[in-house]
Amino acid sequence: MDENVLTQHFGVEGLFRIEVYLGQGGYRAVEKALKQMTPAAVLDEVKRASLRGRGGAGFPAGVKWGFVPQDVPKPRYLCVNADEGEPGTFKDRYLMNHNPHLLLEGTIITSYAVGIHAAFIYVRGEYENVALRLESAIAEAYRDGYLGKNILRTGFDLDVAVHRGAGAYICGEETALLESLEGKRGHPRLKPPFPASIGLFQCPTVINNVETLSNIPFIVQNGADWFIKKGLPKDGGTRIFGVSGMVKKPGIYELPLGTKLRTIIFDHAGGMKDGKQLKAVIPGGMSAPILTADEIDLPMDFDSLAGAGSMLGSAAVIVIDRETSILDVLKAVAKFYSHESCGQCTPCRIGTAWINKIVKRLARGAGEQDDIDSIIRLASNIKGKTLCPLGDAAALPILSICQKFRRELEGYLPHA
Amino acid sequence: MSPEYSSSLRRKIDEVVARYPKKGAALLPILHFVQREVGCIAVEEERFVAQALGLRPMKVREVVTFYTMFLRRPVGKYHLQVCSNLSCSLLGAGPLLDYLQQKLGIGIGETTADGRFTLSTAECLGACEQAPCLMVNFDYHGQLDREKIDQILERLE
Repeated sequence: MDENVLTQHFGVEGLFRIEVYLGQGGYRAVEKALKQMTPAAVLDEVKRASLRGRGGAGFPAGVKWGFVPQDVPKPRYLCVNADEGEPGTFKDRYLMNHNPHLLLEGTIITSYAVGIHAAFIYVRGEYENVALRLESAIAEAYRDGYLGKNILRTGFDLDVAVHRGAGAYICGEETALLESLEGKRGHPRLKPPFPASIGLFQCPTVINNVETLSNIPFIVQNGADWFIKKGLPKDGGTRIFGVSGMVKKPGIYELPLGTKLRTIIFDHAGGMKDGKQLKAVIPGGMSAPILTADEIDLPMDFDSLAGAGSMLGSAAVIVIDRETSILDVLKAVAKFYSHESCGQCTPCRIGTAWINKIVKRLARGAGEQDDIDSIIRLASNIKGKTLCPLGDAAALPILSICQKFRRELEGYLPHA
Repeated sequence: MSPEYSSSLRRKIDEVVARYPKKGAALLPILHFVQREVGCIAVEEERFVAQALGLRPMKVREVVTFYTMFLRRPVGKYHLQVCSNLSCSLLGAGPLLDYLQQKLGIGIGETTADGRFTLSTAECLGACEQAPCLMVNFDYHGQLDREKIDQILERLE
């Protein structure tokens, strides 16, 4: 498929080795950026490309870089967010396993554009094999002069190190990631100040997702206009959709932003498994409010999904069939957030635990008549009342399940 | 410092500390190395790491208890962690977990008497396209069914 950008060379054997990557045109974007462009020109190109963050929030990457002050006498840092913990999401694992040098190329160009000389790749702890692969790619890049001092004899210096997490969903939240990188519990920070001005070690910091950075070499090589044509005017480029659940062909699919959800499920992922019927879809990782089977004609882009009361998030599509009870879905969601709440904000710590307790009671057949209303009340009391987005990430999918599938849930109440 | 830790571990600690502008930032990577060598982070390891990084032992305890991958007690030679999140549950992780409990004769969070296997559940492992999946130590196994679990366990025995 010539639509593919990020995954176009995935079939090439040994792509993770620098010789093979160079043979596919690798590191030419670094050459172009460092030798022919000023940092300001790179920043401008990325801004014009409308590259929105691929981690979940969808914030324009170029704008984020532009917030970093250049006149402060402190070092600046880049943190690559490879924590990938959002349930349903596995695209960054593919990107790093198949094409670690693409991420490094994006890391080098981004650092050049923002005047950064030290970058950390924060990889979730479970991805030990991914971390090892990245470390060998980094060693190759140092050996061949793409990292270290005086890169390609341009006078630009950059050091990159891998930092492994240790099992905490919250560390995908950017300020919790910074705390964790500093050797602390992953408790999110109050914002403002934003990391762009006060981030890692109190210094200006850029935090970008793996997929976001992997797009940068293509923007530098082909230009912003080309990139926008691959997606939408306000949403440049392709997107790697991760499809899982009850489909025939679960996996990653790189498609233009704006591809319809129906097309992703029924054409690319092969449709429902074992002739099952579609019941619901979680379109952007577990934090994204659920969609019913009749809402799947939506184009998958940030604005369309926001308009439908959900979100594109990490573009992780979880497909649920009619034989699956919605209570089982709610149980998985409630259990996850109650386990992963970091405990810092009371509404989230206590709220997620209570919701989990009530959902478990419902599942045991020991529910009480007002349990669904209690869940809604608790979730509403988390929403908007926490330091970080985990509170909303827990509340919104739970509220959407209770609202859209209320009748089915009521069937689990005793004597209903 | 306790003499029980290997010299390669001590060298590794120095090497990792050098990557960061502040010593304390090396805490997570170093806990991973110590756990790999010792098997868990008990009180003695907390003290050792605290001393190596110039931290109060309580700071180390805070971190060890916050992150699920740091173990305060040793686990079996093979740590089986079954994903219990949504995509894996949709495709039968629950019944497979029951099967594993029955086959190993232990409950979740327990270790077999011979010290070979510990069984746990985990939240999303980031391998949903291979659901249902589990990790054996750091190796992923996906598209599990009973036969595949039998094969995996046979290879480990």
